[in-house]
Amino acid sequence: MRKVLEVSRLSKIYGPGCPSCIEKTGPEYETNICPDCNSVVAAHDMSFDLYQGEILGIMGESGSGKSTAVKCLFFDQEPTSGSATFYDQGQTHSLFDLNKAQQRRLSNHRFGMVYQNPHLGLNFDITAGGNIAERLLMSGLDHYGDIRERAIELLARTEVLTQRMDELPRNFSGGMQQRVQIAKALATNPPLLFLDEVTTGLDLSVQAAILDLILEIQQQEKTSMIVVTHDLGVIRLLADRTLVMKYGRVIESGLTDQILEDPQHAYTQRLVASAL
Amino acid sequence: MSSQQQFGFLDEHAKKEIRRTALKAVAIPGYQVPYSSREMPMGRGFGTGGLQLTLALIGKGETLKVIDQGADDSVNAVNLRDFIQMTCPGIDTTSFTEEADLIQSRHRIPEKPLREDQLLVLQVPYPDALVIVESSEAKRKVLHGEADYSRLLVKLYEDIVKFKEITIAHRYPTRINNHYVIDPSPIPRWDVPKLHNSKALTLLGAGREKKIYAVPPYTQAIPLAFEDMPFRVENFDDENGQRRACERCGCTDSFLDEYIDSETGNKIYRCSDSDWCEEQMGFPRSDTADYLPETTVTNVKSSKELVNA
Amino acid sequence: MNPKTVLRVEDFAKQFFIHEQQKVIPSSSNVNLTVESGCLTALVGPTGSGKSSVLKGIYRSYLPSEGSIFFTTSLGDTLDLAKADEHQILDLRRNEISFVTQFLHCLPRQKTEDIVAQPLISRGVKPSAAIEKARQTLDALNIPERLWGISPATFSGGEKQRVNLARGLIAKPRLLLLDEPTASLDPVTTNRVLEMIEALKHENTAILAIFHHMELVERVADQVVTLEPPVLTESILENIA
Repeated sequence: MRKVLEVSRLSKIYGPGCPSCIEKTGPEYETNICPDCNSVVAAHDMSFDLYQGEILGIMGESGSGKSTAVKCLFFDQEPTSGSATFYDQGQTHSLFDLNKAQQRRLSNHRFGMVYQNPHLGLNFDITAGGNIAERLLMSGLDHYGDIRERAIELLARTEVLTQRMDELPRNFSGGMQQRVQIAKALATNPPLLFLDEVTTGLDLSVQAAILDLILEIQQQEKTSMIVVTHDLGVIRLLADRTLVMKYGRVIESGLTDQILEDPQHAYTQRLVASAL
Repeated sequence: MSSQQQFGFLDEHAKKEIRRTALKAVAIPGYQVPYSSREMPMGRGFGTGGLQLTLALIGKGETLKVIDQGADDSVNAVNLRDFIQMTCPGIDTTSFTEEADLIQSRHRIPEKPLREDQLLVLQVPYPDALVIVESSEAKRKVLHGEADYSRLLVKLYEDIVKFKEITIAHRYPTRINNHYVIDPSPIPRWDVPKLHNSKALTLLGAGREKKIYAVPPYTQAIPLAFEDMPFRVENFDDENGQRRACERCGCTDSFLDEYIDSETGNKIYRCSDSDWCEEQMGFPRSDTADYLPETTVTNVKSSKELVNA
Repeated sequence: MNPKTVLRVEDFAKQFFIHEQQKVIPSSSNVNLTVESGCLTALVGPTGSGKSSVLKGIYRSYLPSEGSIFFTTSLGDTLDLAKADEHQILDLRRNEISFVTQFLHCLPRQKTEDIVAQPLISRGVKPSAAIEKARQTLDALNIPERLWGISPATFSGGEKQRVNLARGLIAKPRLLLLDEPTASLDPVTTNRVLEMIEALKHENTAILAIFHHMELVERVADQVVTLEPPVLTESILENIA
């Protein structure tokens, strides 16, 4: 299997930052707020890799910093330090050394992002089909008929009624909005997909169907994914490997079944014990 | 006019800045160059952007034509012409397109093709084509910089979905020199192809928005469209598919304005470009700079900017 | 090492440290065993002797505390599963090692035949061929055809177990780990399972299995390893002290 992504010592600190930020935060101190300068250490020293077709889970409760890596990798935020290397089509991209235009090109063409809040991933003022068209147009497709065809294909793929493609996403149910978001993210066949709490807040049956869809995509397209969630069930069903985060630190990482059956860290043990 | 008054109303520094801005605009086709638009003795929105360009560029002995909605005799055109004439002693004015060195216009580009030695100044209310899809200017600058016009194309896509065709009537987003997309002022679609590889330089000035941009001579100006849904100009065919003719001159290849005959209530069509229309009718082409055509339309009640068949 | 040896476990031990109680719980210790290709090694021992822990340690669902787990891959390389990196383990799980537990984890909506076909598909077999093979395996395990197209979520314990078995057996792994594969099966189906195990042995699969009945061990085991109740090993105690 081919390596797609390598993240090394990624850190993100909100605020001025000071020498104590790292020393005085983390799980031992039960905080990610620096007592000296009030900076928030959202994530510190995260390292992980991702192979083709692999799903990596990042698990933690809110405020643990679990979304930070994904936000940095999708260039929604700038990391404070660290590096990330993306291996794509024989090329090596040092993600945080690229200029903004290069970063946007990657996030538009080679990455896909599905947010918990569909408002972040979709434009609610344009139709479902138009949302998908936007990503296709970004990649240079300029044939209306071809765009329609591809949008229909993607919506059918994500089980959105294609008769509804010309409706505004605001008329859709939450689960349907997520499907449109996934269709949009998949429009350019990206080799790397980020999923940030995509099933949170959905009905259980809808959740299951979305998870099912994600697995199907992973199997058929060999898409690599990073799945951010607080939900052990999502981790169990989707992730091959899992990172557990608390107060901005990765406290444990391993094969998902090992994390769930033989957790090493006190926090993970509590988490797993309370969930089962 | 008092003897202390500057030629061209603006002080020399202001004119110099506008000229420099215009040069930069020519150097980067389609790029909106910011400048410190001056207060003019008329409200913004009355063509102050175009006016400042004209005042900074015109010189003694040169001939000016000012049009508004295709006509030289509309109130706005008359006022602007009077003001320029008053502040630029020694210039000539004309209504004949071929006589003008500099043409200041709103809404129209003359039907008669312009020459290399002519200059077209367009008054622009909203310079940025992206404003309809992105409200933040900072973000628009990034989109322009990266030539990312996908969201404008989405707008066209949505148009086709809803109306089966692109419904943008005027201010049609047009890509200059394969990079920047401009808002080509409120010209109708009919005039957009005239920008493409035009022999004359076109300068566009937005006074309120403080921007100047240019379509240099012999430069590509391609309206945004889809490969299979090409750009089309206005259709002036009647119910039977027959191209309508100007009710006055009979021309069948000019942009027509639609009027309602107040007596009969019928729709009538006339050339929007009054100079063109008169030339078709065989009016004498005079050298008299002061000559202005008399208004011949007497029974006109309302006019529309354009016709959409 | 015997060229037929697929798996050799040396001095394996597993302890759990429960943070909440600040307590070390031994699960298995002093485990030594080998599994050879085409042979079945049965793990026996009293309840609590850590039979399942050994299987989970080999599959790396548990992190082994001590010892080595040497596995010879199809390419002839030997690696220590106790120390192998996660990608290696995932790769082996995909291609060489199957684990059939008593529990079935799957997505609620998935069809039974898709679940069973999945290991073949992830090895690159064409979906249509994989599903055909899945149907044959389900049929061989007496799962009625009307159930193939629906999710096993509503199946009985015995049916779920057979689906799980079908999934574990279908890809003909190099090493098969079986944890009480026949626990809730009737005698007829149990016999079917044993036949399939025999068939796998003929195809050179190495099997390490836990059975709930000694009688089954006698029928299929080529080798029997008896586990003693675990003790805390000294090195662990030292580590904690």
